[in-house]
Amino acid sequence: MKLFRLTLPAACLVLAACGSDNDDNMPITMPDDDMSMVDEPAPADPDPADPDPTDPTDPTDPTDPTPTTVELMITATNLTYAQPLSPIGVALHQEGQFWQLGTPASDALEVLAEGGDNSGLLALDVVQSQTSAAAPLAPGQKTELTLTHDSLDGQKLSLISMMVNTNDGFTGLNALDVSAMTVGQAMTYTTHAYDAGTEANSEAQGTIPGPADGGTGFSAEREALNKVAMHPGVVGVDDGLTTSVLTSSHKFNNPLMTVTITRTK
Amino acid sequence: MKTRILPLITGILFASGTTSAASLDVKVTNLTQGIYFTPLLVSAHTSDAMVFQAGEKASDALAAMAEGGSLTGLSDILTGINANTMENPAGGLLAPVTSTMTSLETDAGNDRLSIVAMMLPTNDGFVGLNSWPIPTTPGTYHIYLNAYDAGTEANNELVVEGSGAPGTPGIPASPGVAPGTQGMGVTEMEENTHVHIHRGNLGDDEITGGKSDLHNTVHRWLNPVAKVTVTVK
Repeated sequence: MKLFRLTLPAACLVLAACGSDNDDNMPITMPDDDMSMVDEPAPADPDPADPDPTDPTDPTDPTDPTPTTVELMITATNLTYAQPLSPIGVALHQEGQFWQLGTPASDALEVLAEGGDNSGLLALDVVQSQTSAAAPLAPGQKTELTLTHDSLDGQKLSLISMMVNTNDGFTGLNALDVSAMTVGQAMTYTTHAYDAGTEANSEAQGTIPGPADGGTGFSAEREALNKVAMHPGVVGVDDGLTTSVLTSSHKFNNPLMTVTITRTK
Repeated sequence: MKTRILPLITGILFASGTTSAASLDVKVTNLTQGIYFTPLLVSAHTSDAMVFQAGEKASDALAAMAEGGSLTGLSDILTGINANTMENPAGGLLAPVTSTMTSLETDAGNDRLSIVAMMLPTNDGFVGLNSWPIPTTPGTYHIYLNAYDAGTEANNELVVEGSGAPGTPGIPASPGVAPGTQGMGVTEMEENTHVHIHRGNLGDDEITGGKSDLHNTVHRWLNPVAKVTVTVK
């Protein structure tokens, strides 16, 4: 698959400056939103793939007796018509933000937003626990990810994915405070579409990595704008951008995803 | 034309006293990539007044704000009903993905918060918060705002100098990326003459001519277009 063929320079990873009032997550309890906060009991069935940390035959870390004490289950649904979402990455961190509106994208964010490769963001120094989906999330589909860590003290959760039929569009959750979550508690959010501001939204042939085009993902040069903002939407050939490889089927509107975070342990 | 505010003035003097005064910090962030906000109006007023309401006709004062960015008419009305109002906290245009902050001391009874500003370049588009109930519990609250169309001017998407005056069709200014010229005009009709959620700019991909003077890769947006952070002290 062409989407994720990119390799990352390992030394280019810098987080945007911290400023917790600049995050832009959209809890479903917004007064202008008719959905309500979900509060479900913890699921009864444990993950069968979860290795038993006390198993003496477990070869992964026989010397460390520290058990995993916190587990978060993250369920994400792609709400779009025809925008596959690149493999979703989730991370726990105490500092920093994956993006900040009005400021230039980090190199790691640019790589994600232009090419769908989340490895740079998940490898940032501040990240304390992370996981990634193995495959893109197709429109209308749901995926489930599990994060584990020894404590939630001071932890924030970030989730990131590219709309692959765009030049540099992405969606996610930015430094969401999960430190006070109790076992069994669930929080549901919807996500906005953002534009990394690093590649012009030309929608031209060869510039979009998703299946609508199969073009180039990441390229190092940046457009003059160079600021993260909300995404203005794609135009497409059917709506007046004659050189676009996109059609009306690639249009999207907010919200992009529904994400439920449940503390299961 | 029906006005939402003027008929309500008589009830104002008797409505106050039920809620106490408050001290607020109000931060407004323009979330868009390419749309500018004209000077913002931030006002705390009583619950029986409204600056605008979707599904109703715009007042003349709202139309003047939405078509040309003028706050004079709305400000006069709000002063008349003893609202607590802050005008133009950004000291001019609020550029894309920038923020402005203001403080507001509200009098007892002024327990609703409204915010409006024209969006440029549009014919009569505005960003709006309508009568948000100000919480009495101290804390920080986030509100996302949508783009509205005042329904008072056809969205021809032609940039015409001096068209900010009500009754003169056209977009009075297009800050940022230079607009196109000599468009034919997207439409001459405004079939929905009530305040409604803006359908967005169409734009085109021609520098000269085409339907619109706006660019379809620059001057579009998706809701929400602004984020408001209110700190109740």
